[in-house]
This record gives sequence, C-alpha cells and structure tokens, in this order.
Amino acid sequence: MGSEHIVSSFDNDLAELNHMVARLGGLAEQQFAAAVEALETRNTSNIDAIVEADKQLDKLEFELNERAIEVIARRSPMAKDLRRIIVALRVAGNLERIGDYAKNIAKRSRVIIEHEKSLGDNVSIARIAGLTQQMINQVLDAYATGDAELAMDVWDRDMDVDQLHTSIFREVLEQIGADSERVSAGSQLLFVAKNIERIGDYATGIAEQIYFVKHGEFPSQTRPKADDSSSSAIDQS
Amino acid sequence: MSSQEENIKIRTSGVTVHYGAAQALHGIDLDIRANEVTALIGPSGCGKSTFLRCINRMNDVIEDCHFGGKIEIDGEDIYSGEIDVVELRARVGMVFQKPNPFPKSIYDNVAYGPRIHGLASSKDELDHMVETSLRRAGLWQEVHDRLHTSGSGLSGGQQQRLCIARTIAVDPNVVLMDEPCSALDPIATAIIEELIEELRSQYTIVIVTHSMQQAARVSQRTAYFHLGHLVEHGDTDRIFTNPANKQTEAYISGKIG
Ligand SMILES: Nc1ncnc2c1ncn2[C@@H]1O[C@H](COP(=O)(O)OP(=O)(O)OP(=O)(O)O)[C@@H](O)[C@H]1O
Ligand SMILES: [Mg+2]
Repeated sequence: MGSEHIVSSFDNDLAELNHMVARLGGLAEQQFAAAVEALETRNTSNIDAIVEADKQLDKLEFELNERAIEVIARRSPMAKDLRRIIVALRVAGNLERIGDYAKNIAKRSRVIIEHEKSLGDNVSIARIAGLTQQMINQVLDAYATGDAELAMDVWDRDMDVDQLHTSIFREVLEQIGADSERVSAGSQLLFVAKNIERIGDYATGIAEQIYFVKHGEFPSQTRPKADDSSSSAIDQS
Repeated sequence: MSSQEENIKIRTSGVTVHYGAAQALHGIDLDIRANEVTALIGPSGCGKSTFLRCINRMNDVIEDCHFGGKIEIDGEDIYSGEIDVVELRARVGMVFQKPNPFPKSIYDNVAYGPRIHGLASSKDELDHMVETSLRRAGLWQEVHDRLHTSGSGLSGGQQQRLCIARTIAVDPNVVLMDEPCSALDPIATAIIEELIEELRSQYTIVIVTHSMQQAARVSQRTAYFHLGHLVEHGDTDRIFTNPANKQTEAYISGKIG
C-alpha cells in the first residue's frame, strides 16, 4: 500500500506507526474481552490484572504520539501520508479510550459479582459485548488493510449496538423496578452496557477515520444513531 | 462563482511553447486570480519557468522559442501587436532564482526602473520611491544608512529582497518569482515568504518553487505541471491534503509517479 516513497525510510516510519496502532488495537481488544469474560464467568481473579494492564495502553499511546510528531516534523508529510499519520493519532486515541472503558467495565463487574454470585439473566450483555467485539476486530482488520468498505460495514452496525443498548437499558430498569435488591448490581450493569455502547461508538469513529484516509473526506451520511435510552430514562421516571 | 470569475487577473488559454522542434508546453489553460499567490510546482524540466516567462514575454528574447495560444492580463491580449513589451515587463515584474543585483549602489538598483520608465519627476520623488520600495521589501531598516554602498555587498537574503524592491519600484501589478528562495537559508526564506504574504494585497503573485512546504505555506492556489502539461490546479489546501490526480499525489508525497 505505501512502499513507494523515494525516501524509503519514510515508508519504514509509516509502517512503524501502523504497527504501533496494531499493537494498541490488540491490547484494547484483549482488555475488553477479559473484562467481559470476568463479568460473564463471575470471576474476579483477573480484574486487578486488567486494571493494571491499562497502563500499557496509555504508555503505548503516548509513545505513538511522540513517534507521530517526530515523523511529521522530519518528513513534512503531504496528502494521503499526512492523513494516515493524523488518523493513526486519532485511532490510537480511540483505542486508548476503549481501553479505559474496558477497565471501567472490569471495575464495575467486581461490584456486580459481589452482589450477584449467580449468572442471572445477563444474556443481552453477552450479545451486545459480542457484537461490539466483532466490530472492533473487523475495524482493526480494516485499518491494517486500509479497507474502507469493510470499515463502512462496521460503521453501519453501530446502529445494532445502539438498539441493543436501548433495550438492555429498559430491561434492567424494569428489573430494578421489580426487585429493589437489584438496585446496586443493576445500576452498575447500566453503566457496563453504556460503556459497551461507547466502545461501539469508538469503533465506529475508527471506521470513519479509515474512510477518511482513503477518500480525503468523511462519510457523508449522518452517523447511524438508534440509541434512545436517554428518552427511555425519562419515560421510566 | 461569478465574483471570483471577475477577479481573474491572468488568463492563459491553450498556451504552447516550442524550443525549435521540441515542445515544452502543451496547451496550458490556467486562470490566475488577482491578489492571490499561485504556486507552480512540478518535476525539473516540466515547463514551470517556460510558462512563467510567457507571462511577461521573456521568452521573446530566446532564439527559436515559439509561443502559441493566448495570454490575457486584465482582459488584454499581451501577445497582440499593440503591446509595448518594455511597458509590459514593468507591469509584470520578475524575481529570479539567484539574486542578481546590478553592480551599482543599493539606491541605484532600486532607482533604476523608475528612472528608465520616467516615473519620478524630481529627486525627492525618486528618493521617496526608493524608500517606499525598500520598506515594502522589508529591507529599509537594514540598509537606510548605507544606500550608496554596493548592492553586491549585501547578504544573499538581503540581495533577494533588494531585487524584490527593484521589481516593485516600477509599481507592477503582477510579480513573477522563479524559485526566489532556493539560494537562501531558512530565516531569509521566512522573511521573503512573509513579504510575499504582505505583497499579495497589492499584487498578483506567481511563484515557481521546488519546495512543497513553501508552496503550501505561501500560496492560495497551486498548479502542478508534468512534462509540459498542466495536470491539476486548485486550492492549495486541497492540493496538499487531497489531490484529485494520482500524479500530483505521487509528486507531492515524494513518490515515483
Ligand atoms: N532556452 C531553451 N532552449 C531550449 N530548450 C529549453 C530552453 N529552456 C528550457 N528548455 C526546455 O524546455 C523544457 C522545460 O524547461 P523549463 O526550464 O521551463 O523547466 P522547469 O520546470 O522550469 O525546470 P526546473 O525545475 O529544472 O527549473 C525542458 O525540457 C528544457 O530542457
Ligand atoms: Mg525552472
């Protein structure tokens, strides 16, 4: 894709940035999977490790920022090269945020597990998490290969995540309404669902960036949005 | 876009140039807007200097150089029989790659043009023109106390500003610059670039540069030439972030086209 610069060390710089993004992506994906697994298996033993591992993400993002600034200063990139570097920075930022949400899910899972030892009926959480994990996986593939169409496919699927989030929101509110014992765990679960939905948004954001690298402009339709949990919160009150 | 249409200062249509049998330009259609800086970029030998020299008919003096097509400045055909070429070159000034001050004093370098064009009616008026031009070229502060020393005693960057002062002394409305900073260090370059930005409110500027960063910094419009063809032209912001043409993209990104 980009091995044709006359100054070939510039290609190496770009490849290195891509590699760093890939590593960040792998880490974020891992963190998210581990957090979801902790919740689903009611197993708190990994949670400290997840919280600790988030520092690696922060560190890697920081390093990527420094590298990108060096490359900009030394190479004065133009056109698609410039877009690629700016996008590497933004994607790294999104991945770091995904990591933060994963860490937050892990922390909240600990509270939920303490209150509810049994698995309960959190099937929908597994579904929204699975969907979102797929999106991240696919968007990272799209990033690695510069495949804007694959990225747009992820972009389209954000709507499903939003819809699912809305229904989880209603579901959990109903459960809390029916059983006041569930207030603590249920409210944590609301946050977990919201975090997952935000992770989906960040994956969607990455998809837009991939499209931008390819086309020099952002996808023209308005972003898919099917999340009306904020209005359903009002309905319920 | 009719308001912008009205702002066209230079319109070139189907411009061709042959050096003997060799064709250097192939039908260049380019509209250049008033009070903007237009950068001409492209690989060595693509015809940038040739095109620039068409705009003030500097090619006329090159033997076996043949011009075809049409160039209008303010709607006037500059290749028509009625045009006074000397007067045209005062209206369309040129700054070259290497600073080339005359072997005369700083004062005389700047006064030269107004003198031969009879623009000043008194010594006072000439003094005033010299001062104004040197001020506009950002050189006055540095030379006002040694106006009668030789221009060649100045640094390269100062000499280039002297040449700019000399060019603008005859009150042109178009200034052509062929790689004006290629012999200058980054500070002298920055001073000239700042000057270009200031000058553009009064002049229409066309600059040839090999520095993509310079083109991106100083120009509002960029035209990319390749093998005597105008491949792409448009807003500089767009050309350097999202060029439409693959050749343009390859060139500005430092790739083999
Ligand atoms: N006086 C001349 N006699 C014959 N051929 C010429 C003359 N001047 C230029 N050419 C030819 O015309 C073509 C365009 O040259 P020109 O100098 O306009 O290119 P350029 O884009 O300004 O290049 P550079 O970036 O190296 O200054 C080249 O092939 C060149 O060899
Ligand atoms: Mg040239």
